Amino acid sequence: MSYRTFDATKHLRTIVLTAFFSVIANTTVWAEATSDIDETTTTAPVQTPNNSISEISTPSSSDQEKTDSVEENSVSDTTKTIPPSEDVFAVATSLLTEKSFKKKEQAIDLLINSNDERAKQWLAVMLKGKLYYHKQDKFIAFVQGSKITQAANNEVLENTTKKAFKKVTINNKLRKLIKAGIAKLSLSSPDPETRLKSVNTMLGNITPESAEILAKLADNEKDKKVRKAMLLGMAMSTLNTGTKEQQLQAIKDVSGSLHASARSRLSDLKNSDDKDISAAAIKALEKIETKVKMYGHAETLFFGLSLGSVLVLAAIGLAITFGVMGVINMAHGELIMLGAYTTYIVQQLMPKYIDYSLFVAIPLAFIVSGIVGILIERTVIRHLYGRPLETLLATFGISLILQQLVRTVISPQNVPVSNPSWMSGALEVNSILSLTYNRLYIILFCLLVFAALFYIMRNSSLGLQVRAVSQNRNMARAMGVRSARVDALTFGLGSGIAGVAGVALSQLTNVGPNLGQAYIIDSFMVVVFGGVGNLWGTLVAGLSLGVINKVMEPWAGAVLAKILVLIFIILFIQKRPRGLFPQKGRAAGD
Amino acid sequence: MSIRKTLKRSLTALTIGAALTVSAIASAEETIKVGVLHSLSGTMAISETTLKDTVLMLIEEQNKKGGVLGKKLEAVVKDPASDWPLFAEKARELLEKDKVAATFGCWTSVSRKSVLPVYEELNGLLFYPVQYEGEESSKNVFYTGAAPNTQAIPAVDYLMKDLEVKRWVLAGTDYVYPRTTNKILEAYLKSKGVEEKDIMINYTPFGHSDWQSIVSDVKKFGSEGKKTAVVSTINGDANVPFYKELGNQGISAEDIPVVAFSVGEEELSGIDTKPLVGHLAAWNYFMSVEDEKNAAFIKSWKTFIKDDKRVTNDPMEATVIGFNLWVQAVEKAGSTDPDKVEKAIIGLETPNMTGGIAKMLPNHHITKPVLIGEIQEDGQFETVWQTEKEVPGDAWSDFLESSKVVIADWTGKETGGKPCGNYNTTTKKCSGQNFE
Repeated sequence: MSYRTFDATKHLRTIVLTAFFSVIANTTVWAEATSDIDETTTTAPVQTPNNSISEISTPSSSDQEKTDSVEENSVSDTTKTIPPSEDVFAVATSLLTEKSFKKKEQAIDLLINSNDERAKQWLAVMLKGKLYYHKQDKFIAFVQGSKITQAANNEVLENTTKKAFKKVTINNKLRKLIKAGIAKLSLSSPDPETRLKSVNTMLGNITPESAEILAKLADNEKDKKVRKAMLLGMAMSTLNTGTKEQQLQAIKDVSGSLHASARSRLSDLKNSDDKDISAAAIKALEKIETKVKMYGHAETLFFGLSLGSVLVLAAIGLAITFGVMGVINMAHGELIMLGAYTTYIVQQLMPKYIDYSLFVAIPLAFIVSGIVGILIERTVIRHLYGRPLETLLATFGISLILQQLVRTVISPQNVPVSNPSWMSGALEVNSILSLTYNRLYIILFCLLVFAALFYIMRNSSLGLQVRAVSQNRNMARAMGVRSARVDALTFGLGSGIAGVAGVALSQLTNVGPNLGQAYIIDSFMVVVFGGVGNLWGTLVAGLSLGVINKVMEPWAGAVLAKILVLIFIILFIQKRPRGLFPQKGRAAGD
Repeated sequence: MSIRKTLKRSLTALTIGAALTVSAIASAEETIKVGVLHSLSGTMAISETTLKDTVLMLIEEQNKKGGVLGKKLEAVVKDPASDWPLFAEKARELLEKDKVAATFGCWTSVSRKSVLPVYEELNGLLFYPVQYEGEESSKNVFYTGAAPNTQAIPAVDYLMKDLEVKRWVLAGTDYVYPRTTNKILEAYLKSKGVEEKDIMINYTPFGHSDWQSIVSDVKKFGSEGKKTAVVSTINGDANVPFYKELGNQGISAEDIPVVAFSVGEEELSGIDTKPLVGHLAAWNYFMSVEDEKNAAFIKSWKTFIKDDKRVTNDPMEATVIGFNLWVQAVEKAGSTDPDKVEKAIIGLETPNMTGGIAKMLPNHHITKPVLIGEIQEDGQFETVWQTEKEVPGDAWSDFLESSKVVIADWTGKETGGKPCGNYNTTTKKCSGQNFE
């Protein structure tokens, strides 16, 4: 039966080639159409790697000026007449009920400068878009679902509906203002994490005024991290305002920081008239740049591994069905899609427990895709063993049937799959390097699935039987292995793993009827590149293709990077038709 | 006996058949056929099915009002299945076999370019309802969607003036519309004094889902001390993972706003909008616009489609405007003859759904207001800026070296007496309908 594997490899080369040429054809068509377009369009300019902006607003000179002036205005306003806090809320209310964003801006300024604990609540609610006002009586209310609370006295209003209220809409400018305001108001929060966050937000556009506030607080700050951030803020302000000695000291203080605004301030100083200062600034910048570059490489590696783990997850089920059994299963992508849809259905059934939905979806997706896989094997593939071309056509048909099934039963449109809260956001290593949680978990998940599968193939009796059947079917049968049952179970296992991969992919990409098609070629590519019939090969191939792709992307662009990877694989399988880790011994055929 | 019975039966059958044929012919004579050329399967089906339903709704409403020229309208729906050559084939069928008076259809410039020769050869009328890259004006096509100057340029102006953006990322899907639009935008930005190093251009394949490195590049590009914005011509469902990645990498709309030209209510209705809140879109219509016409339209759409959750969007409004203009033109011309309708339609006006007037211009484009909206949590847009009055659509961009001297005028007034879609004002020559 070993000739199957051989044949399959040959056909796969054709598939990869065809895929490649279709990509080439598509790109050349517009390349002709748009040949006059500048060369620069394909290459993303490589910018010096820079700071992370997570949780920190980007500094911008113009913005800075604006907020500066706003703050100055409001400061002078409040020093002139410090209204009693009740008045502040009354004035803010009347301003917030107006349609003009300018008026709302004034209201927000008032709230920020009131230094009232309640103002923070108002701002936080407004940021979430839950701040409403009564259309006739013009008072402010918090609306949480069907619960409406009057803001002024925290009284829950019973005899009213949401229809009587109108939302206080905000735009980006206001959002930014509110965030800065909340940061300012929570500088003295008891929670050090919140304080750190606030300080970091302020670092984005530090002004002499805010540096003064920080200076006052820094003396009493006990938490080391927060204190350090505060000192950095003060140093950053001194960079522009202090005397020469102070400036030089500040450059020294700032030079250890990777913060974006520290760097933009330093590069402003580069052109300083004072030679000492400009030299010190250049030196400090160089020091930072080396660090930034290093973290840039780490980031690329992470991106590559994450793309690679997605490839491995998509391909690993195929490594079983195609690699071990030799079945060219074109419906593999649709089995992934079924897994993704299972996640969607699970989330629809338990909308309140999105955070736990994946733990339910993973086993369920395995079962659903596994059962569908076994059905396919029992009804179609079983009759076509040893005829790879017919298998290819039949499974291609099945893939179309499954796609259409999803279109008719669920919807032709993409369906929304939410990310659990523990999968959103990023792990901040420092202000340059942040690893997004969803990618991080998927890398871990991929390794876990691989380990489990490897264990099953190596150490379980099913694995032993699978290997026996794939190496020599007749001999295995003679030894009492029920080869038909083993075939079904193996196919079920591979399909189930595809379903599990679907759960992971649902967290990264769109879930729709075409999901599977997007991954089928990539999956075959990984399996062929890694060496048919070798799980290790799939892992190494997937991860290395991911890294290669991501290393090339910055200078070649996403489209060209993909083409280059395909060219590389074509050349590679010309040279080594059996992939990275060819099967040895009798199982290898010929 | 049995023979007689059979005879009798077949006779009845024959008579009924004959009667049916006669009535069919009779009814065919009484109706005006309207072609609907939108993909109902394949990748574009998501967007185009809605437009097919819109045209069907409009025809139903028009028939309730008594049809056009005393005749009922009859829709002929063809499915080109998101397959560009098939668009041309189906268009030929509509014109040659069904002899439709006008066609409402196409989405994406590729499909329009594919049917264009057919409409010119057989002299049909096509109403194209989607925003496009411009650089075209055909005698047989009416462009009721936005041209670059009624969408992209005002959006960039808004970013530049109101948000004081200094650095620009032009990100798009790799095909004709984003490429040409970005070419125009790049030229426009440079004319406004933006330096080469402050513009980053990036293209990705259709359905791209791995946005990590691009978003990380954007982040780096945006953290160099100048306010940065992304102008996105990213098409279709690739947008969802893009916005998700932006959210995950901690880029919020306040830091680096993304203004999109292809993300509307319909696209947002299927996704989790939390990571998108505050990002922008530029269109000529939003469902959230408070206007009586709009409210009535939304109501009749929801009744027609029998689903209270369905949304309306910009290409739907463009379809309605195109349809209303065509009906007016046919009534004015007193005929459905393409040449007469084409002459009659220029200069006609119809109210749009944002409280203004859409006027068909001599270059076959219409006047449109430009609206910038911020995405809200409920998947709707909150208008944050709009042009004071309608902007006339411009077929040939004024910011491209090659086409700034070119104009289109199908009345012939500006083009030396002869109607022309591509008239060079310096050489005073008309070089056919297409530019190249």
